[in-house]
Amino acid sequence: MSERWQPSPRAVQRMRWALIALASLPLGRLVAGAVLGTLGANPIEAVTHSTGTWTLVMLAVTLAVTPLRRLGGWPWLLRLRRTLGLLTFAWACLHALTYFWFDRFFDWADIVRDIGKRPFITAGFAAFVLLVPLAATSTNAAIRWLGGRRWQRLHYAVYAVAVLGVAHFVWLVKKDLREPLIYAAVFALLFALRIAGWLQEARRRARDAKSASPLAMRRKAF
Amino acid sequence: MLIRRASDIVPSEVTPESLFRARRTWLGRAALLGVAAAAPALPLASVMAQGARLAGVKPNPHYALAGEKTNPVTEFRSYCNFYEFGSSKSDPAQYAGTLKLRPWTVAVEGAVLKPRTFDVDELMRLAALEERVYRLRCVEGWSMVIPWVGFPLSALIQQVQPTGQAKYVEFTTLADRAQMPGVRSGILDWPYTEGLRLDEAMHPLALLTFGAYGEMLAPQNGAPVRMVLPWKYGFKSAKSIVRIRFVEHEPRSAWMKANPTEYGFYANVNPNVDHPRWSQASERRLGEFGKRKTLLFNGYGEQVASLYAGMDLQKFY
Repeated sequence: MSERWQPSPRAVQRMRWALIALASLPLGRLVAGAVLGTLGANPIEAVTHSTGTWTLVMLAVTLAVTPLRRLGGWPWLLRLRRTLGLLTFAWACLHALTYFWFDRFFDWADIVRDIGKRPFITAGFAAFVLLVPLAATSTNAAIRWLGGRRWQRLHYAVYAVAVLGVAHFVWLVKKDLREPLIYAAVFALLFALRIAGWLQEARRRARDAKSASPLAMRRKAF
Repeated sequence: MLIRRASDIVPSEVTPESLFRARRTWLGRAALLGVAAAAPALPLASVMAQGARLAGVKPNPHYALAGEKTNPVTEFRSYCNFYEFGSSKSDPAQYAGTLKLRPWTVAVEGAVLKPRTFDVDELMRLAALEERVYRLRCVEGWSMVIPWVGFPLSALIQQVQPTGQAKYVEFTTLADRAQMPGVRSGILDWPYTEGLRLDEAMHPLALLTFGAYGEMLAPQNGAPVRMVLPWKYGFKSAKSIVRIRFVEHEPRSAWMKANPTEYGFYANVNPNVDHPRWSQASERRLGEFGKRKTLLFNGYGEQVASLYAGMDLQKFY
């Protein structure tokens, strides 16, 4: 266990840049498509759907870090999680911006009405709002200021973001639910892996507590 | 024959079809798949599919739609809602190419004195074909302007002579699992059906349509024969019709069955009645950046409002 391969800090930094480059590729494709006019008959719809899709994909990738660390035995993956979370937030910002701008043209009164009226907008907007404090507290200073436990509790909000994000997609489609349900299944799997992890952890702790009890100690001593 | 369009549209405003085909079509298709480099190798047949030119079709000057620009034919053929071929906008262009268009018959039946099964080529000759430029407003909040080719449905209705029991007309679309991948998926309760009140069906705007852009309809646009009802949301205009039945009671359409709280029988374009999940107050005309205000009855109120006199449009949506 102890002699596992660990990337150097420099290697981790390089991986972060690679992730940023990789997650920006679809943006390059969208910008090129917009300039060349190759986004199809309804380019704004294409941009809206694409930014939404990549937000969900990046969120799933971010939430995959914890189970992968455990199952794959790659604890160092944790050092990439903040980058992935911020990339999720960046795509969410682009997605929200396409809505505020191309769909509503920054008519804020109209936007407020729309958020109240349409459930899929309500869910999507709530998910976006919940992401803001998570992104804002992503710095080391913020973690120190909040304290690890409180920071952790705040960041549990990411699970609500995932649920709201999928609800946003489910309530958007007219009839064909297959694609949103794929995302629902992926998040359900990621949640299930976490719950399994928590249960395992709880069992281990209970076992440790038992073996650490005075009686057990005395038995051991004999 | 050239694509005919209303005389008020400056020809220079309209990009030549050939140019669009050469540039936008394959680039657009490539972008959809995200592989621009592979574009020349893609099967383009379905988007390029064009029926024969319709000779001798005259534009009807009453339906020239002065001052509104016709959408490029590539948009019309690549961005379609035709769930029998899949629920994505690009599915119909991709999968409808194999739809067998001949022989094709349309059974006209029910409460009529002279029921008859028409061969589609025979049906096409029932009245003089004319070109009409109509707005098309989709319930999803986008719109196009399309030069359709057809004749008023009333010409067919007069031929078959509805009886006193005929209060409504029901249209049925082909539902062939072998040819239509969407029908195998069970997204809707197939076959797709739509309906009109008899007086709506008799309205001069209701167009039995065989072509568009001066050509026979492409399969993804509802070939060989479809309805076009410009004052109603697009889904009311049944495509690839195999049966027209005259009935006494209001038929339940496929969308009413699929989601009764969201879709009513009338589905008239109405900016004041929102779809529960999206606004109907405005729309994006394909090709435009800004949004347009949606017009009551899609701007055809002068012609059709009398059909609904005294009706609460909030209730009969």
